[in-house]
Amino acid sequence: MSDWIEVGKLDDIPQRGARCVNTPIGRIAVFRTATDEVYAIEDRCPHRGGPLSQGIVHGAQVTCPLHNWVFSLETGDAQGADEGAVRTFALKREGERILMDASIMLAVAAE
Amino acid sequence: MTEKLVVVGAGMASGRMLEHLFEANPDAFDVTLFGAEPRGNYNRIMLSPVLAGEKTYDEIVTHDANWYAENGVNCRFGETVTRIDRKAKVVFSGERETPYDKLVIATGSAPFIIPIAGKDLPGVMAFRDLDDVDAMAAAAGKPNAKAVVIGGGLLGLEAAAALRLRGMEVVVLHLMGHLMERQLDPAAGYLLQKELEGRGIKIHCKAQTKAVLGEERAEAVVLEDGTIYPADIVVMAVGIRPETRIAVDAGLYVERGIVVNDQMVSSDPDILAVGECVEHESICYGLVAPLYDMAKVAAKTLVKEDAAFRPVETATQLKVTGVNLYSAGDFAEGDDREEIVLRDGSAGIYKRLVLKENRILGAVLYGETADGSWFFNMLKKGTDVAEMRDTLIFGQAYQGGGQLDPMAAVAALPDDTEICGCNGVCKGKIVGTITEKGLTTLDAVRAHTKASNSCGTCTGLVEQLMRLTLGDTYNPAAVQPMCGCTDLGHDDVRRLIKAKGLKTIPAVMQELEWKTSCGCAKCRPALNYYLVADWPDEYADDYQSRFVNERVHANIQKDGTYSVVPRMWGGVTSSKELRAIADVVDKFNIPTVKVTGGQRIDMLGIQKEDLPAVWADLSKAGFVSGHAYAKGLRTVKTCVGSDWCRFGTQDSTGLGIRIEKFMWGSWTPAKVKMAVSGCPRNCAEATCKDVGVVCVDSGFEIHFAGAAGLDIKGTEVLGLVKTEDEALEVIVALVQMYREQARYLERIYKWAKRVGIEEIRRQIMEDTGKRKAFFDRFVFSQKFAQVDPWSERVSGKDKHEFKPMAELGFPQAAE
Ligand code: SRM
Ligand SMILES: Cc1cc2nc3c(=O)[nH]c(=O)nc-3n(C[C@H](O)[C@H](O)[C@H](O)COP(=O)(O)OP(=O)(O)OC[C@H]3O[C@@H](n4cnc5c(N)ncnc54)[C@H](O)[C@@H]3O)c2cc1C
Ligand code: SF4
Ligand code: FES
Repeated sequence: MSDWIEVGKLDDIPQRGARCVNTPIGRIAVFRTATDEVYAIEDRCPHRGGPLSQGIVHGAQVTCPLHNWVFSLETGDAQGADEGAVRTFALKREGERILMDASIMLAVAAE
Repeated sequence: MTEKLVVVGAGMASGRMLEHLFEANPDAFDVTLFGAEPRGNYNRIMLSPVLAGEKTYDEIVTHDANWYAENGVNCRFGETVTRIDRKAKVVFSGERETPYDKLVIATGSAPFIIPIAGKDLPGVMAFRDLDDVDAMAAAAGKPNAKAVVIGGGLLGLEAAAALRLRGMEVVVLHLMGHLMERQLDPAAGYLLQKELEGRGIKIHCKAQTKAVLGEERAEAVVLEDGTIYPADIVVMAVGIRPETRIAVDAGLYVERGIVVNDQMVSSDPDILAVGECVEHESICYGLVAPLYDMAKVAAKTLVKEDAAFRPVETATQLKVTGVNLYSAGDFAEGDDREEIVLRDGSAGIYKRLVLKENRILGAVLYGETADGSWFFNMLKKGTDVAEMRDTLIFGQAYQGGGQLDPMAAVAALPDDTEICGCNGVCKGKIVGTITEKGLTTLDAVRAHTKASNSCGTCTGLVEQLMRLTLGDTYNPAAVQPMCGCTDLGHDDVRRLIKAKGLKTIPAVMQELEWKTSCGCAKCRPALNYYLVADWPDEYADDYQSRFVNERVHANIQKDGTYSVVPRMWGGVTSSKELRAIADVVDKFNIPTVKVTGGQRIDMLGIQKEDLPAVWADLSKAGFVSGHAYAKGLRTVKTCVGSDWCRFGTQDSTGLGIRIEKFMWGSWTPAKVKMAVSGCPRNCAEATCKDVGVVCVDSGFEIHFAGAAGLDIKGTEVLGLVKTEDEALEVIVALVQMYREQARYLERIYKWAKRVGIEEIRRQIMEDTGKRKAFFDRFVFSQKFAQVDPWSERVSGKDKHEFKPMAELGFPQAAE
């Protein structure tokens, strides 16, 4: 069962930027690329916990602000020689609205 | 008895549907066609050429009176259908009732009018039908007429280009960062903007329209930032929405558009819908190709044949004569996607293909669009392109063709491009001298042309020109490219930004033929700095290309909190300042307060959300940002000097404060730290700084190029000056020279090593003209840089940085 709830509008996020959504399971970073794709990933770098939402966004990737690991926004995987991954969350766009599947939170919380 | 078919809307979709219907069975229905416009169907797409004066209305009519007569269509043009009574199966046009057995709704879309003050004034119009075109053409007839077009999408730009052709002064206001953002990526948007500006159209991106001004009629448009553009007409072309009013009133199932199934039948089995008013599988279309498919299906459904509409990919082409632009499919980036980019800076060509698993997902072509349909065809078919991948981007004609040439960018430079900034030598001169004098070595070129003879920043370019002229016999020293996105090194890029007058990141990427569409975390901050340094008044700082510290004006810590370091000019403070800091520390529960190695106070462990409030309190006490995070001026350490110290020879504290107040806020290639000591005992440690001053009885000894971080290195002496004023001028000029020449992240000592201490001394100490010019350029750039970023943010700038977008609680489990 998905449970889509609105977390913001496209224009709330600058292009090549990110905003955070605080949730009971932790902070989630919502990214917007230069071409207006949106992605959501856990706002916590698997290396040493860097806030990925604060990194530089290029293509569909983000560079962690603490030690420059690069992550794919789509798969959550670290790129290049670094190994690790962040959790990704499903997003949906309806016009300007960005929706997140809230049911995942129950699932994660139950883990 | 023949069944009665009523069609509402005499536009492109219903026109095509009737053609198919009469072809399939001319006698199946008795047809009545309503049209709100006082005319039959015409090719709406061609309104742009009509507006431009390149075509007449007669040439774009698709169905004339004869056609309607021959097919026995009962025409009701100029008559708007106001209501449908589904029970009685009649439609109302005002008082008049018309019965139907089958009804087709084909009402198209309504232009979206932004709800701002003045939107209803005469002179404000949309661009949708012939009446709009007539109104615009009439306005263009007046001498010096001005138009403001709101919307930089397909429609707005076609209107703007056409009005410009008619001699109007035209401004396009566009909300987003680049034109046609739905079809184009930023690079192609940049090329398009350049082309339109070349035709005399003013383009204003990121423009938030606030209101249309005027008493009797529209006179001007005002933006949120206060900019005002005078206007005789205002054309709103910001988008369309499906025209569904009669369907909603009749209780049909309508989401964004009238929802239909694959047979184009609405929630009422006797009512069909086609065209832009329709929503199929959550998609509404705004281009004719899919509407024609709908028309075909609807005709079949009406004559009870099987047919199904399937969603299709659409391709767009901008109809502005002389502009070649093509975009199709989905060209967003993604990680399982690869892109192939081809840029030809001199010819203004940009092509980008997005592939996934060797299949084309999207294509953007600018400048040369002949291959558009070839790519589009493979996109629709899902053709596997693995075999021709390497040459795919060159197009159909080049299959089996050549490789990208890394020297292409330099080869393409016009002869009058200035290559050596120090000595003012252009490309033509260098190439000419090499050939005339038969030069074969870099030193010979330096001797004869003076190019690359001073700071050496242009050496890479000069060598590439030698390679170009001499062929493979000349082997230039390998340049370290800036990053994987380009073959050019930092120096080449810096020179070319200046020489070609490039003023935005997309401009640099296009003209210098970047290999990626969006750059990376290495090149973007560097380019942003180069542009800030080279065009201080014109360049709009791109915050998304800055490292987080410079974006939020605080230092990120290992746990994601931030530290805040206010300026403490020359390391001097007061009880009032200390008290203010103490209050802030208490109020925000700041866990650590520390005296830094730079003679000031650091507050560590502040939550990002609290930053604006912390700054607000600090600002009230008179503090500004210490830029402890910046590639910019950091600290100017001082000692107590002649004010107190028994050995002090000059007012070292005063000079340090003066320098810091003069230079704060400036961005530099890497951080710049300074110190002023009052005597050679050197308590401020001036002899290991980027720039240092050691005061002596006879004046001020200026030092530079020291290091005490990753490397340890004593400073070099630049020279001795007599007065404080001279000391300031020398220091400022030196830093400006560094700002203009160094590579991003290169500290002064590394730059000095590359350029040569002697050369710097010559330009700053000996050539007073040069020194003055450097000084003046620094002063000019400070006009735009010396703004306290903290107070700016306290007053609301970049609010989004400091607040989460949403707070979610646990979702309620569904019952
Ligand atoms: C706070 C401070 C340490 C302290 O508690 O005293 C400090 C803290 C940091 N230094 Fe430093 N440096 C501090 C004085 C120095 C000094 C001494 C000085 O300024 O007189 C040096 C040696 C001189 C120099 O700059 O080379 C110094 C050499 C470095 C370096 C090595 C730079 C180099 O090119 O060699 C780095 C790393 C870098 O910049 O890449 C660095 C980087 C850092 C960073 C920014 C690490 C980082 O990237 O996050 C630290 C930030 C902590 C924070 O959030 O405040 N810090 N750092 C000092 C702040 C001075 C100020 O008031 O602005
Ligand atoms: C200037 C311009 C340039 C364009 N360029 C392109 C292009 O290059 N490529 C492309 O693919 N598409 C282009 N389009 C879009 C294309 O024209 C439309 O997609 C197409 O016309 C839509 O067809 P339609 O039949 O759904 O609606 P329309 O052609 O708009 O026809 C709908 C008709 O219904 C009438 N109507 C509405 N409500 C009622 C009512 N209640 N009673 C009676 N009549 C009613 C309207 O007045 C209108 O005449 C362009 C559009 C414009 C305006
Ligand atoms: S020396 Fe500087 S960079 Fe290293 S831990 Fe200390 S503050 Fe951080
Ligand atoms: S915490 Fe992200 S790279 Fe180290």
